[in-house]
Amino acid sequence: MESVGEVEAAADELATEAGLDEEQRFHIGMAVREAAINAVLHGNEYDPARQIEVSLENTGADLVFTIADQGSGFDPDHLPDPLAAENLLRGTGRGIFLIRSLMDEVHFRQLHPGTELTLIKHLGPKDEKS
Amino acid sequence: MALVLTSREVDGVTVLELSGRITLGEGSVQLRDAIRDLIAKGQRSILLDLGEVTYIDSSGLGELVSAYTTARNQGASLKLLKLTKKVHDLLQLTKLYTVFDIYDDEASAIASFK
Repeated sequence: MESVGEVEAAADELATEAGLDEEQRFHIGMAVREAAINAVLHGNEYDPARQIEVSLENTGADLVFTIADQGSGFDPDHLPDPLAAENLLRGTGRGIFLIRSLMDEVHFRQLHPGTELTLIKHLGPKDEKS
Repeated sequence: MALVLTSREVDGVTVLELSGRITLGEGSVQLRDAIRDLIAKGQRSILLDLGEVTYIDSSGLGELVSAYTTARNQGASLKLLKLTKKVHDLLQLTKLYTVFDIYDDEASAIASFK
């Protein structure tokens, strides 16, 4: 799990360099952390032989984070809704929801094997949520 | 910073002050163990003071929910005190704000258990 902390710290550094405020940095750090945890825990199933691959980039218009695992993949469109009354008291199942809520864009790509998440935060004066 | 837990008794209520991070591997297990210990000792009124919680992730949110349901299933009551803005916003986002009894000041929180 050490790698999760390293990824979170790197994301925060990139966001800080981009001049984002504390709340935006918190959102980015949390989303990237959740994605890295999912990759290690649910994707790679804690298998030390499997790696996660992370890239971070400031394109000038966006901060772009990609996190890829080597797991068996999952269908992001068929996850239980953590806001539904029957799921509200569940102890798990909020990670992807938080990632989607805290970032401007989230894209999933199946790698066979593995899943790649791309998290995007738009830079600029307006929060142009898409 | 890892999670630091400090407990004290006020009018029959255990006030558990949490300070630091409640995240996977950093505080979730400590919180779970503390709640189980309190309930095993027969404590039925538990107030979690989150005023010094600097960070919480989805695992930490899940642990708060588990603490709530564990307490409820054992006939105990667990409420929250002093949310930081970060924790408050996350509880709203995840609708968990509707699950918990939440207080800003300790005296009102303690009185609510009576």
